[in-house]
Amino acid sequence: MPELVLTVARIGLIVLLWIFVFTVVGVIRRDLFAGARSSRLVAAPRGVGAAFNQARPAAKVKRGRSARQMVVTAGQLAGTRITLGEAPITIGRAEDSTLVITDDYASARHARLMPRDGQWFLEDMGSTNGTYLDRAKVTGPTPVPLGVPIKIGRTSIELRP
Amino acid sequence: MPRLKIDSTKRRNSELALLALALLLVLAYSATVEATMLDTITPDFWVPTAALAGVFLALHVVVRFLAPFADPVLIPAAALLNGMGVGFLRRLDLDDVSGVAEAADRGAFAGVGGRQLAWTLISVILAAALLVLIRDHRNVSRYSYTLGLGAIILIMIPAVLPAQYSEVNGAKLWIRFGSAFAIQPGEFGKLALVVFFAFYLVRKREVLSLASKRFLGIDFPRGRDLGPVLGVWMMSLLLLVFVKDLGTALLYFGMFVVTLYVATERSSWLIIGLVLFFGGVFLAYYLGELVGGPFANFYDRATVWLDPFGDIDGDGYQLVQALFAFGTGGLFGTGPGGGSPGIIPEVQNDFIFAGMGEEIGLFGLISLLTLYLIIVERGLRAALDVRDSFGKLVAGGLAFTLGLQVFVIIGGITGLIPLTGQTTPFLSSGGSSLMANWMLVAMLLRISDAARRPLASGGGLAAAPGGKPAPQQLHGAETEVIRP
Repeated sequence: MPELVLTVARIGLIVLLWIFVFTVVGVIRRDLFAGARSSRLVAAPRGVGAAFNQARPAAKVKRGRSARQMVVTAGQLAGTRITLGEAPITIGRAEDSTLVITDDYASARHARLMPRDGQWFLEDMGSTNGTYLDRAKVTGPTPVPLGVPIKIGRTSIELRP
Repeated sequence: MPRLKIDSTKRRNSELALLALALLLVLAYSATVEATMLDTITPDFWVPTAALAGVFLALHVVVRFLAPFADPVLIPAAALLNGMGVGFLRRLDLDDVSGVAEAADRGAFAGVGGRQLAWTLISVILAAALLVLIRDHRNVSRYSYTLGLGAIILIMIPAVLPAQYSEVNGAKLWIRFGSAFAIQPGEFGKLALVVFFAFYLVRKREVLSLASKRFLGIDFPRGRDLGPVLGVWMMSLLLLVFVKDLGTALLYFGMFVVTLYVATERSSWLIIGLVLFFGGVFLAYYLGELVGGPFANFYDRATVWLDPFGDIDGDGYQLVQALFAFGTGGLFGTGPGGGSPGIIPEVQNDFIFAGMGEEIGLFGLISLLTLYLIIVERGLRAALDVRDSFGKLVAGGLAFTLGLQVFVIIGGITGLIPLTGQTTPFLSSGGSSLMANWMLVAMLLRISDAARRPLASGGGLAAAPGGKPAPQQLHGAETEVIRP
């Protein structure tokens, strides 16, 4: 084999190795951007949610509007939303809770949200650090108005229409 | 609410394209090797690459159907490393071959390289089987205690066996069946141990992360909660004594400490771990100097590391030859087939990176290291994205273990840390290591599939087959995660 061919092969191989590495990085990058784009798609309703936020005083006055979803507004799970149905929702660190929160100040079975006649009731399930509705500690089943923060440790949850 | 429909085929197609590029590279590598060493290219030079291509494509097809959302770069990166390893081992075989005719007569499965090729085929098929068998990584947690017990047995067998059945080059890591065949059970023990640690820490992390004392601005755990970490520390020191291998001890201990750190988010565990480990190593070093006995092996290795050129023809020979190889290679290397890796003892195992370094140079080596980095990064990414804590800890633990192993062996042969007998993942010759590492890749594929599966498609959370209670308890509620 001529010396030239071998040299070209030698250098070419290293170049090819790096082309591979950069292609892999390119795929990872595309992957990241695909994720960003899709999350923007989903994030759109969040903007709608923000609009609701501003319109909240009006919404609050209107009685009878029922909550359709539960949104985590602060804490590690911020951004998570759960569509409300007929079934009660359990919140806690236990893996079988509806909303599993990994919060240092949350108990395994911390609190429960139950629907009754179109109104959601919040109940503390004997947690160590307590559940707060706005700033008041929840002792018995308490009706939860729309847009009022439920606080569990560092996590904050709101009901939205 | 707009449903998220990500097409998984695009991802799989880029995986296929990357895989094709990787195989092309392996083909080019083996052609260059033959052109350099034999001055001609034998007509059958493509056969090993074709065998690799067949089995990698089979794995790709399995992933396409059973883990469609899995990370697209894991398989190509591992495949390229593995293919380069096979190519290099075949190149070592060519050193012993005289003449083109003899080289052309050799079958694809002859010699060390051929054996490695056969092991690769077996390992990749095993990885595919694992993907078929484990449809949901959470199911693995059911066998955690079995796996933990199995891991301890696997790790202890070579330590208690008589040296003639278990010792290779001063490290007791093997079970030898005669002179031809040996397995390294610790490689599999490692994987089982990660699963067990993950399971244990998911259970215990509340205690370990809540109760603490604050000191110097860092939360330190209470004395009585140090039990597990001290237990594992004692175990790895015992391993250091009985197995006579620092790398193995470092690997198991590092694995535990990092999984603990991931589980509790407490940086104090890292500090405690490092202090304990360095304390133990210094203790072992001075005991080795004063008492000798079981610590003597470690003491010798540390001495060689401190001054490899002190005894060039004796203890330091291997390390010095490796350093010379790196030096000869320089930036661009002597070209595939152009070096003389045969001088380095154990170049097909621990020192494969030095042998390759001579031929592909610093630029080539860094690209291989980048591939390791990419595999580790993708593993950690999967750990971040997956929603259940067990999956997080398993993926994080596996990815970190791979990274730490690469660090331990490559740090060892470049003289950064005392040399230890770890295998270089995917490159070193050896069936146990290959099988274990491909199983690791299969596990990462499975977890990354769960992590990246769009929730709206209902597969990931709402209807995981045979999952733990979590999915059923959702009461039909639709959860959607919006990343900030």
